[in-house]
Amino acid sequence: MTKSTLTRRGVIKTGAYAGAGLALPTIFTSRARAFTNAPSGNTVTFGFNVPQTGPYADEGLDELRAQELAVEHLNGMGDGGMLNTFSSKALDGTGILGKQVEYVTGDTQTKSDAARASAKAMIEKDGVVMINGGSSSGVAVAVQGLCQEAGIIFMAGLTHSNDTTGKDRKKNGFRHFFNAYMSGAALAPVLEKAYGTDRRAYHLTADYTWGYTQQESIQASTEAIGWETVNNVLTPVGAGDFSSYIAPVLNSGADVLVLNHYGGDMINSITQAVQFGLRDKQVNGKQFEIVVPLYSELMAEGAGDNIKGVYGSMNWNWQLSDPGTKAFVKSFGEKYGRPPSNSAHTCYVQTLLYADAVARAGSFDPCAVAEALEGFEFDGMGNGPVLYRAEDHQCFKDVLVMKGKENPSTKYDILEIVEVTPVDHVTYPPDHPMFGGAEATLGQCNNGA
Amino acid sequence: MFGLSARDTRFLLIVIALTLLTPILLQPFPEGSSLAQFNAGYPDLMQKFAIFGIFAIGFNILFGLTGYLSFGHAAFLGVGSYTVVWMYKLLGYNVLPGLLLSVVISAAFALLIGFISLRRSGIYFSILTLAFAQMSYNLAYSVLTPITNGETGLQVYASDPQILAGSGAPTSPHLFGLVMRNSAQVDLGGWVFTFNVGYYFCAVMAILAFYISLRIFRSPFGMMLRAIKTNQTRMNYTGLNSRPYTLAAFVISGMYAGLAGGLLAAMDPLAGAERMQWTASGEVVLMTILGGAGTLMGPVLGAGFIKYFENIFSKINDGILHGWFAFLPDGLEDFIVACFHPFVGKGWHLTLGILFMLVVIFLPGGLVEGMQRIWRLVRRRKSGGPKRKDPEHRPTAAPHMAE
Amino acid sequence: MDAIILQILNGLDKGSAYALIALGLTLIFGTLGVVNFAHGALFMIGAFCAVTMQRLLSLSYEEIDPTRTDFLGNPLKVEVPYVEHWFGPDLGGAIVDWSVPLGILLAIPVMIGLGFAMERGLIKHFYKRPHADQILVTFGLAIVLQEIIKYFFGANPIQTGAPSAFSGSFDFGTLLGFDPNVIIYPYWRMVYFLFSLVIIGGVFAFLQFTTFGMVVRAGMADRETVGLLGIDIDRRFTLMFGLAAAVAGLAGVMYTPILAPNYHMGMDFLVLSFVVVVVGGMGSLPGAVLAGFLLGILQSFASMNEVKSLIPGIDQVIIYLVAIVILLTRPRGLMGRKGVMED
Repeated sequence: MTKSTLTRRGVIKTGAYAGAGLALPTIFTSRARAFTNAPSGNTVTFGFNVPQTGPYADEGLDELRAQELAVEHLNGMGDGGMLNTFSSKALDGTGILGKQVEYVTGDTQTKSDAARASAKAMIEKDGVVMINGGSSSGVAVAVQGLCQEAGIIFMAGLTHSNDTTGKDRKKNGFRHFFNAYMSGAALAPVLEKAYGTDRRAYHLTADYTWGYTQQESIQASTEAIGWETVNNVLTPVGAGDFSSYIAPVLNSGADVLVLNHYGGDMINSITQAVQFGLRDKQVNGKQFEIVVPLYSELMAEGAGDNIKGVYGSMNWNWQLSDPGTKAFVKSFGEKYGRPPSNSAHTCYVQTLLYADAVARAGSFDPCAVAEALEGFEFDGMGNGPVLYRAEDHQCFKDVLVMKGKENPSTKYDILEIVEVTPVDHVTYPPDHPMFGGAEATLGQCNNGA
Repeated sequence: MFGLSARDTRFLLIVIALTLLTPILLQPFPEGSSLAQFNAGYPDLMQKFAIFGIFAIGFNILFGLTGYLSFGHAAFLGVGSYTVVWMYKLLGYNVLPGLLLSVVISAAFALLIGFISLRRSGIYFSILTLAFAQMSYNLAYSVLTPITNGETGLQVYASDPQILAGSGAPTSPHLFGLVMRNSAQVDLGGWVFTFNVGYYFCAVMAILAFYISLRIFRSPFGMMLRAIKTNQTRMNYTGLNSRPYTLAAFVISGMYAGLAGGLLAAMDPLAGAERMQWTASGEVVLMTILGGAGTLMGPVLGAGFIKYFENIFSKINDGILHGWFAFLPDGLEDFIVACFHPFVGKGWHLTLGILFMLVVIFLPGGLVEGMQRIWRLVRRRKSGGPKRKDPEHRPTAAPHMAE
Repeated sequence: MDAIILQILNGLDKGSAYALIALGLTLIFGTLGVVNFAHGALFMIGAFCAVTMQRLLSLSYEEIDPTRTDFLGNPLKVEVPYVEHWFGPDLGGAIVDWSVPLGILLAIPVMIGLGFAMERGLIKHFYKRPHADQILVTFGLAIVLQEIIKYFFGANPIQTGAPSAFSGSFDFGTLLGFDPNVIIYPYWRMVYFLFSLVIIGGVFAFLQFTTFGMVVRAGMADRETVGLLGIDIDRRFTLMFGLAAAVAGLAGVMYTPILAPNYHMGMDFLVLSFVVVVVGGMGSLPGAVLAGFLLGILQSFASMNEVKSLIPGIDQVIIYLVAIVILLTRPRGLMGRKGVMED
């Protein structure tokens, strides 16, 4: 259990303001403001909207931990974490523009409806200026649309679908996480080196939007290195038992199985694939291999021994050795006793970046903040130099290719970094056909006024 | 008045007054106080109260009156939402065409499903409706992605035709220029009241829905439905064919669900597939039974109860708990926070589950029965005299179904 | 042909799980007349018995390994399970490896106890209440049970592997004269299928050949008359509830290597198992088993690429489609009796 003295103090303080408000009744004042939820008084509220129930609850919990830590660092408590390594020095640990940071939390339930309801409550009731977090692309796109309509900033959390900054990109939304295209671009050279150019891939794909975009991206990038795609089979979400889909793979002439699954689906599909003995088999005179394009720490933990030697990609990992990563892992590890996950990193960094953009813009106005974030280049937050591209609000940075470790010493280093693919290899033009083509636009900035 | 008895008119007027005053009633704590966490008077939640109230009222017409337990009503909710968002995409952001069409389409859908499902009764009927709804959900989530936009949910893009939208038309749902999202905030001392256009639109719809359901309850048709619940076999022996009546009830409740789904999309222009999942169907069953099946007010109470928990309890985190108990000494504070911790925030499901069980165990008639008991207790107190014990435990008359 | 054999095999283990859950559900419904929405949760708790067994067996003390460091740069604390300490790494490792089958030992008392507690503490008071109330209260209980599990075990699936003796798969194809790798079937799934046959056979034999079972069957047919004969049917029904819970729990324990257990797996199976029970016919034990295997195999067939390319998405709706067709053509399911749950 974590105790945030900040919030306690904050609540007492707000109580005092309420008292003052009672003393001076302002009857029937209209609340016309320059932009949505312009902070008054000397606090500002962030909304952390993460899954707290449902299959991704543990991931949401880790995101929440990181966000609490970020708020502490912004308010000058703790050791400052990445604030010390961040290349922009606009933040000094005294809150943002002299305002102390507070936060409210909500439960997305990993459902787009529930996530929007929770986000709306934050906007309408708690007066947040920014919403951060989430653990699925469906939720990210839905909440991003809502924030655009309401006129606040959205920082996306874990969302890997191309659509979030592709055809569904929004002027008020930003994404620090990488995407399916980048996964494909980063993985292809490593796969080529490890398994050669003459391979036949069989895709099992989760039957929903994210699955489609990841499958499309991986197929394109593996075909570019000469692989052939034998088949792509869509599997129901939450199927549990994938045996009927896995069993025909060996007989199809394929020698690589690509699992475009996430979370529990991935844990079950890879476990069952290993159970079917796929990885012990020889096909076309080659060792049969499995690839999981998108990894997360929790998935790796859930899949256990089954992922040994399996390649995949990741946005960030605590085993990186740059100073930013080290500072973050240290303060997170000392507070919570475990290394942060890559979605925790994303949420932490996004909170700091938002705060920094406000400080540089000198205003909480979402349009000013968005302008400050657009085209922003920085370093010291892990992954080396990073760019927030102005055209689509996608973050560009190095992508990690991971492999299941043969002999992990704890449950936290089940994965090892095999390659850091430089940012140039994963960059694409903003009007790339997988990202909505030339039609996709950010639209106009909305500050709710 | 309105073709109602004096008593029902009074009842209706009370409901109207409560509905219209909701923005004030649900905001009992001043802004900034630590209890403000429990205020529910913000537009989104109030809209949800009204909309799920309509959904539950409609469901009650089927379940409360005929006893047919449908586990597939969420399908109509989803159909209504998809219809409205498609109308936004094709015609423009005016909610009226979409809402009308959502009722029509969900009625057609209900007619089809009802016609097939009502060939069976009891749990066989429940499973049939569940099967239809789950098929709709599974397909909407995956295969029908071109129509429903799958997991992400159907939404409006700038590239959509919107042929009826003029150049100056609002860019969010509206009724002839009356934008649903707009609200007026009134600062009254420490209290802040939000009067939202969308909420009042939903509220008017909910009152209409309630009125129609009241009329159905009091009509010969309603009597016929109740007769089906009591003893269908006997009804059939008297030469009456009950099927047209149950089908009519099914279609009416399907239309209510479609309207509720349409209103969801009218308040927030997005239609997610999860709306059709069996858990959503289960939710309306819970709302109705929890509030009191077969009563007029019960389903609305149940809907409010569940939505309140989902939205308010899930947002209480440890930081807020520490805020409440900050006045206690540190050790005690941590202890009390640790006691509350499993039940709030990410544990709100647990609290809801426990409350379900308690209500079902101790209040078989739902929340309405609980209120009646309290009311009786208060009245007895008022009339003075100690509560007269009944040593022989004679059976007491059951309260009338529709009270 | 090979593809068809393959999918029948795949259907068998899915069908085994469906059949076992449906069997327990039918036992409870047939004897007590209660619709138990918490049955999926019982299956889930069974699975977590295996997890608990695994945790118990790998209870560890910490040894500091100065040569390696943890993520904060401190010396690494290596966890050594007590079993390995006591029995040596070989035997100890083997015991940990067998934690899923050993989980049965834990599951039987836990599930029977839980079943008794549920029946005596809660369900008993609901015999006379409408089915809707039973559904609601057991549904509430299911939520409570799964949230308790979530509180202690988290939401992430937990890997509980089969003993390494059963890893890998058996090549059926070569037996039948097909090419190698055409029809492969994991050893553990065979174990699961055989295990479920044993359990199903055991339950039927128990009901058929013991006096206790005879009384229970008589009670299922006509509870009042049996009561009038002076037999304490209630106590026996309590035992039946414990038995049904144990069946669900054992199905869960042995299923963990196939499906990594998580706290909401019960809800995922709940709807499905109800469809199975209804398709089989409410209150009919052979019907439940038959329908379980039938739906498992049909689901596997619908997942074949050939079928999916003809009708996209058929694998997602097949169960429901079959349920609709069967309920419309055979009003009371495959083997149901008249008048059960029709009001």
